[in-house]
Amino acid sequence: MKEKIRIASGQGFWGDLIDAPYDQVTKGEVDYLVMDYLAEVTMSILQKQKNKNPEFGYARDIPKLMERILPICNEKRIKVITNGGGVNPEGCAKAIIQVAENLNISGIKIAVVVGDNIKDRLDELVSEGEELNNMETGESIIPVKEKLLSANVYLGAGPIVEALRQDADIVITGRTTDTGLTLAPMIYEFGWSMQNYDLMSAGTVAGHILECGGQASGGNFLGDWKSVELTNIGFPIAEAYPNGDVVITKHENLGGKVSFETVAEQLVYEIGDPEKYITPDCIADFTSIQLEDLGENRVKVYGVKGKKETDTFKVSCSYADGYSASATLTYSWPEALTKAKAADKILRERLVKLNLAFDEINTEFLGYNSCHGPLSKEMNEDDINEIVLKVSVRSHDYNSVDRFGKEIAPLILTGPPSVTGFAGGRPKPSEVVAYWPALIKKEFIKPEVKILEI
Amino acid sequence: MKLKLIDIAHGRSGDKGDAANVGIIAFNDEGFMILQKYLTKEKVKEHFKGICLGDVERYELPNIHALNFLLHNTLGGGGTVSLKHDAQGKTLAAALLRMELEIPD
Repeated sequence: MKEKIRIASGQGFWGDLIDAPYDQVTKGEVDYLVMDYLAEVTMSILQKQKNKNPEFGYARDIPKLMERILPICNEKRIKVITNGGGVNPEGCAKAIIQVAENLNISGIKIAVVVGDNIKDRLDELVSEGEELNNMETGESIIPVKEKLLSANVYLGAGPIVEALRQDADIVITGRTTDTGLTLAPMIYEFGWSMQNYDLMSAGTVAGHILECGGQASGGNFLGDWKSVELTNIGFPIAEAYPNGDVVITKHENLGGKVSFETVAEQLVYEIGDPEKYITPDCIADFTSIQLEDLGENRVKVYGVKGKKETDTFKVSCSYADGYSASATLTYSWPEALTKAKAADKILRERLVKLNLAFDEINTEFLGYNSCHGPLSKEMNEDDINEIVLKVSVRSHDYNSVDRFGKEIAPLILTGPPSVTGFAGGRPKPSEVVAYWPALIKKEFIKPEVKILEI
Repeated sequence: MKLKLIDIAHGRSGDKGDAANVGIIAFNDEGFMILQKYLTKEKVKEHFKGICLGDVERYELPNIHALNFLLHNTLGGGGTVSLKHDAQGKTLAAALLRMELEIPD
């Protein structure tokens, strides 16, 4: 058994720093590179792309990235684990095989995890008694079933562990939990029992710290952020030990900062009840986590406790739910705010005259109150240099949203003065993708691991 | 005396559906004792009047001297449904740090 392993976070979302994974495998020693590409809305975007082209449906940054890092990972024996397979992990693996062939690299095993995508099984599952009611509102899924764009189960670490046991060098999954990507190599390397819930929770906590990339190493840090060198930010690395202790760190020669404060901020990010952090692998107790700042960008995470996992998987469904559009105009001093408010009033009166149907119209004044709303400080008009008026609408009627888009530019010649910043043409209606969280009994889901060899 | 929250704490916020999570972390143990005693759920609900339209849940993480608040019905529907500029509540931790606590001298 290895005495420790180093797991590097390479991406916090699809669209993150392109060079981060390259830096992680070249600027210091690591054993694993884990990359989270999937947010709730991402699955529906990927499903739409796959509907247009059956070859697509995965994070298409991956083949380009693999061109750069595959020779390095192959030489250094760094394993890569990612959920960027989206709704087409097999397509993603095929694209990586193509890359390897072009680079004349062989002797690599790529594992594909499937079984999370239940979109085509919904009728069968509902008829077998799985209600898939909305877990937040309790509503029945039946009325939205025909509008569903995607339906994926959040799988845990198990299938990735299975893939590693089959000697996979690269593991491509669909909707696996972000935390499972980091927990899996610990289970595999240290031979942890998946019934040891304290260890499952220790790995899960490490996964939570790594899952948002640079957010654990000084990015978006509300503490002493000015003390952090952010241009060359190093993404976090979890140095894991067999007893469940983990040291969060980063490569020395990169920027960023790992401290008690930066790790603590990530721990409280997007959590609910801290005693019940529920994943498919365990229920981690975040109030048991001990942090010790060891200095030199090293923070020890230990003492984590947890409980047995639940008997359900979380399902994330998305469905089309109308249209929205958003537009901005910029008003300058003098009386910038008064002008922006007047423009908003005129626009709304014109929309009423047109007899359009909106579910919601939202007006915000960027530079004044769009972030903190009523908590924003009152400002003396004379001190305001400029204000960006932002108006957004949402409707189930496409034509109403489309017509809204045509009412913005006219405000420049027919509204209050000293206005600018209308570029890029009329705002087009975009499809609103609503999210449907549900639970499903684990017995209905049978994840599968397929191994492809080059 | 009045104590500005921004002088004793930092934090981070994000989205959980239509709810926002606001985690507030004291810089030290003394600060955490003040948060624990005076930063009540009612104070937070009152502070976010007009922003948080639902219930507020409050949780303690004494191990990292933090409090976590869940503000329900806050993000205009959440996800891509929301028309808000800050649809994910990313700036709400900073918004909570605007608060001043009245504590005995």
